[in-house]
Amino acid sequence: MSEPSKPLIIVEDLAKTFTLHNAGGTVIPVFEHLFLEASPGECVVLSGESGVGKSTLMRSLFGNYVPSTGSVRVLHKGAYVDITGASPQVILEIRRRTLGYVSQFLRVIPRIPTLRLVMEPLLENGVSTEEAEARARALLSDLRLPERLWTLPPSTFSGGEQQRVNIARSFIRRYPVLLLDEPTASLDAENRAIVVQLIRDALSEGAAMIGIFHDEDVRDAVATRLFPVLAYKAAA
Amino acid sequence: MSAVEQLASEPLLRVTDLSRWYGSIVGCRDVSFEMHPGEVLGIVGESGSGKTTLLKCLSGHLEPTSGQVEFDTRRHGMSDIYGLSEPDRRRMQREDWGFVHQNPRDGLRMRVSGGANVAEPLMNLGRRHYGEMRSATIAWLERVELDTSRIDDKPRNFSGGMQQRIQVARNLIHGPKLVFMDEPTGGLDVSVQARLLDLMRELVRDLGLAVIIVTHDMAVARLMADRLLVMRRGQVVETGLTDQVLDDPQHAYTQLLVSSVLQI
Amino acid sequence: MSTAATRPNEAERYYNYAYLDEQTKRMIRRAILKALAIPGYQAPFGSREMPVPYGWGTGGIQLTAAIIGPDDVYKCIDQGADDTTNAVSIRKFFARVADVATTEDTAEATIIQTRHRIPEQPLKAGQVLVFQVPQPEPLRGLEARETETRAMHAYEEYGLQYVSLYENISAFGRIAATAGYPVMVEERYLMSPSPIPKFDNPKMDDNEAILLFGAGREKRIYAIPPHTRVRSLDFEDYPFEVQTWEENCALCGAEDSYLDEVVLDDAGNRMFVCSDSHHCGQRRAEGHVGPMAGHQLANPVAEDGQ
Repeated sequence: MSEPSKPLIIVEDLAKTFTLHNAGGTVIPVFEHLFLEASPGECVVLSGESGVGKSTLMRSLFGNYVPSTGSVRVLHKGAYVDITGASPQVILEIRRRTLGYVSQFLRVIPRIPTLRLVMEPLLENGVSTEEAEARARALLSDLRLPERLWTLPPSTFSGGEQQRVNIARSFIRRYPVLLLDEPTASLDAENRAIVVQLIRDALSEGAAMIGIFHDEDVRDAVATRLFPVLAYKAAA
Repeated sequence: MSAVEQLASEPLLRVTDLSRWYGSIVGCRDVSFEMHPGEVLGIVGESGSGKTTLLKCLSGHLEPTSGQVEFDTRRHGMSDIYGLSEPDRRRMQREDWGFVHQNPRDGLRMRVSGGANVAEPLMNLGRRHYGEMRSATIAWLERVELDTSRIDDKPRNFSGGMQQRIQVARNLIHGPKLVFMDEPTGGLDVSVQARLLDLMRELVRDLGLAVIIVTHDMAVARLMADRLLVMRRGQVVETGLTDQVLDDPQHAYTQLLVSSVLQI
Repeated sequence: MSTAATRPNEAERYYNYAYLDEQTKRMIRRAILKALAIPGYQAPFGSREMPVPYGWGTGGIQLTAAIIGPDDVYKCIDQGADDTTNAVSIRKFFARVADVATTEDTAEATIIQTRHRIPEQPLKAGQVLVFQVPQPEPLRGLEARETETRAMHAYEEYGLQYVSLYENISAFGRIAATAGYPVMVEERYLMSPSPIPKFDNPKMDDNEAILLFGAGREKRIYAIPPHTRVRSLDFEDYPFEVQTWEENCALCGAEDSYLDEVVLDDAGNRMFVCSDSHHCGQRRAEGHVGPMAGHQLANPVAEDGQ
């Protein structure tokens, strides 16, 4: 990793507006003139009531939503790349190597066994099957997901179990920048503590994070600073 | 290869201002895009939007009225595929491409065994050693998770999902650079569909294949494609990263298309 | 020349010498020349109605009619035999319409019309062997579209033919096809040799005679000119092989000819005899004797004569 002080993600003058063409062209502004940075070891927690645009911001940072204006620059292989203007190939490459995302929902191909799902991010990065399996097994046991579930597809799992599979998929490799969209939403206290530990470990290894946490305990445990999204609320 | 390096390299496929008219009726018009090695491109749109016409033009089966389809061929380098002589184009299609049809009957020889169907592309490339081709076929049947003891059964004795697996093996055994897929899971039960999609995704990743997949099924597009072209009335109305197009569609038609998907 | 007796149609017969009108024969000759110029290529021709049902050899008859002249000596065999109903009828047909001498002697004949065999005795320069062909397209069984098979020939895309051999090995552990075994002519055109046994395939290679193939129903003529390379398809690990028999010919003792199995009675007794009846007879005349040479059922023709 390069100089510790250099931000890993820089958001400048970002705005997002939805235009609903099939609802009479309704325009829904979400935020504007938004500036945000996160450096190694930082965990910026987005704060604000629901509906304020936290998730929209997260998705805009990930390249999932298309911002109306502004830039989201990510330090990828030593150079800043603006996700909002990058080609699909570059965005995918950045997501494979630099920018991770943990959502509240597990969205995977049905009928694929849990262990395989967790191995996948490693396989995509060229890790051997044996090593990927070993690391996936280790992480799943750390997350205390019962071993009998590993060979099953997660579609029938409880919310908490699915969420842990999701977390395993995101933490199986160290992304320099990690976006966390309520990763602890459906976990019990014990499992929350495990996830908090995972996040802290990653931070101490130099990851930069931007997250949404409704659970105040978790937020207090991981946040290095809060970022009130409401301050950038766009006028309707 | 990193994305940046890929961009620096020549594209695998370059489509420029491609139009195809059927008399005064438009099949597809003014389509331009580039594809790089290892990319999976989805072409989505409802029936009659021009997906199939575009696929036929791209795959060398239908000469466009105007515009170019250039492909980085093994023998001739980057060439306009309709500028190649017919035998050169056919050989390039055999050597560099695969084509998985929606209906296995269009992609398989129903009168010869599944094994021979898989081995045929090797014979088309001039391989003349039975034993080697037989081993390669068995290895591929295993790879697509088919019972190798059924290698000599005729395709009609296989289920629809198995027939598609035979088709997938037949279209990958010769090491193509680009594979076209026309609604490859279209005729299958959802449960069979999911397994096949997973298999194809895994193969695409392991082989670093470039794929152009035509589908009207947004779920298939989301699972398979890195990038989408959304077509309407013969034109590309929106293009971009798959999850971007599906989660934050910009064009009115794409918004309608995405919002029409049933949620379960 | 056969003894030319006066015939009722004496006045007219030279108008339609050899049955076909002159324009038709010229058209067929042009197709033959084209076929000879492109060995193995299926030249289309305007096949005519003939006085036998389609599929009985109308292609072969038209070829013969187009090339035969009064000085020719004509032989006709069916499955190697000169004495089957079809062979006898067609021989008589040409004796009548073309005023030619006929023979059963392979060496003596200038035109040999055949169905399903090439004579055992090597052919010589100046002889023409005319095959009748039911299906000229070797790829037809695997590819039904004529447009596609034509493209395959044009571009020399013959991988598909190997699929059938592959299927054979998968099913039987060897290339089990025995008749109509596909060949490459001059390493350019894939060709069906008509339903001759693959035993006869090697005889086509570097043959001194002209080999003409006619498919009447399918309207195609193709040819192998003298001294043309003809190679039977095979795989590196499953080389081409001809049929062999443990038995020798029961009548003449031949070890190297193509044998037909003949069932003698209901008790399962059987014999193997040369399919080439003239070859067998000639050997017997030369004094060769097979194990059943004296058997009373061994010579049904002689029986008929009693």
